[in-house]
Amino acid sequence: MATLELPPRGDVTAPVHQTVNKAGDPVAGAYFIQNAYRDAATPNMVTVILADYRSWDTLGEVVVVFAGGMACYFILRRRES
Amino acid sequence: MHWLIEFTLFTVMIVAALVALGLRNLLAAVVTLNIFSFMVASTMVSLGAIDVAFTEAVVGAGAVGVFNIVAILLTSRKSLD
Amino acid sequence: MTPTRVDACHIEGMKSQTDSPIIHVCARGLAPVILIIGLYVFFHGHYSPGGGFQGGVLLAASFLLLRMTLGTQISQLVMPSRLTITLSAIGALIFAGTGLVAIFAGGNFLDYGFLPVPWFDPAYLRNYAILFIELGVTLTVMATLVSIYDDLLEA
Repeated sequence: MATLELPPRGDVTAPVHQTVNKAGDPVAGAYFIQNAYRDAATPNMVTVILADYRSWDTLGEVVVVFAGGMACYFILRRRES
Repeated sequence: MHWLIEFTLFTVMIVAALVALGLRNLLAAVVTLNIFSFMVASTMVSLGAIDVAFTEAVVGAGAVGVFNIVAILLTSRKSLD
Repeated sequence: MTPTRVDACHIEGMKSQTDSPIIHVCARGLAPVILIIGLYVFFHGHYSPGGGFQGGVLLAASFLLLRMTLGTQISQLVMPSRLTITLSAIGALIFAGTGLVAIFAGGNFLDYGFLPVPWFDPAYLRNYAILFIELGVTLTVMATLVSIYDDLLEA
């Protein structure tokens, strides 16, 4: 019953806000906070995570949007001539 | 006092979703869905996720509303059931 | 031949959606402002909330406002319909092509530090590569939304 209740918002003792979680593994968010500016020289950490660390995710998002546009093009557009 | 703001936001959100389900005028239903989307964006602001709130406000209140209105203008203004 | 001012209400043979001059003036005044805000959100994504997706949707909102008020045919002057699906493909190609160039330069897929621009520090190279792929995301989202609107009106 560990997930019966979420931790209070902004709680610094919550497991996601630690550098090492309870199983002894390093947490990914701590790495991003400490090294985002050193890796990409960009002040906005969210942009660095979206476009650099997790760029496969953004590529998938772009491909999904492009596939939706192509589907509408092939189904709905009337062929001229 | 934080819970009061979120309680108001969630209440308006659920009421807007239920009203959008029950309306027969589809144009009014689209506007009510836009209110729902704006409430979701405000909830994201109160949670501290500004990027998600920005995306939700722009997409949910801008693009989806435009496409729903175009679909309604192409088919019919009234719901039959 | 004297240059003529393109006025949306007086082009022969092009009918707009509505004839109300209030809506025409409001839309034509508001659309460039939304365009500038979209470009600001796109270029300022490194320093503030925003980025490619939000900026692309704002640019598309500007074009869709013109299409909804002035009609599809007049707003071809701003964003031609035949260009949209091509721009969408170009945007996705920019994103994937950046990753492929990084592969051919010796790194992993989408590892911007290996891009073949030798006079940059890898951190600043990642900075500019992020701006470049956000350009791809912006082009794809903007062109796809305008293209879906055109396809819906043709159906």
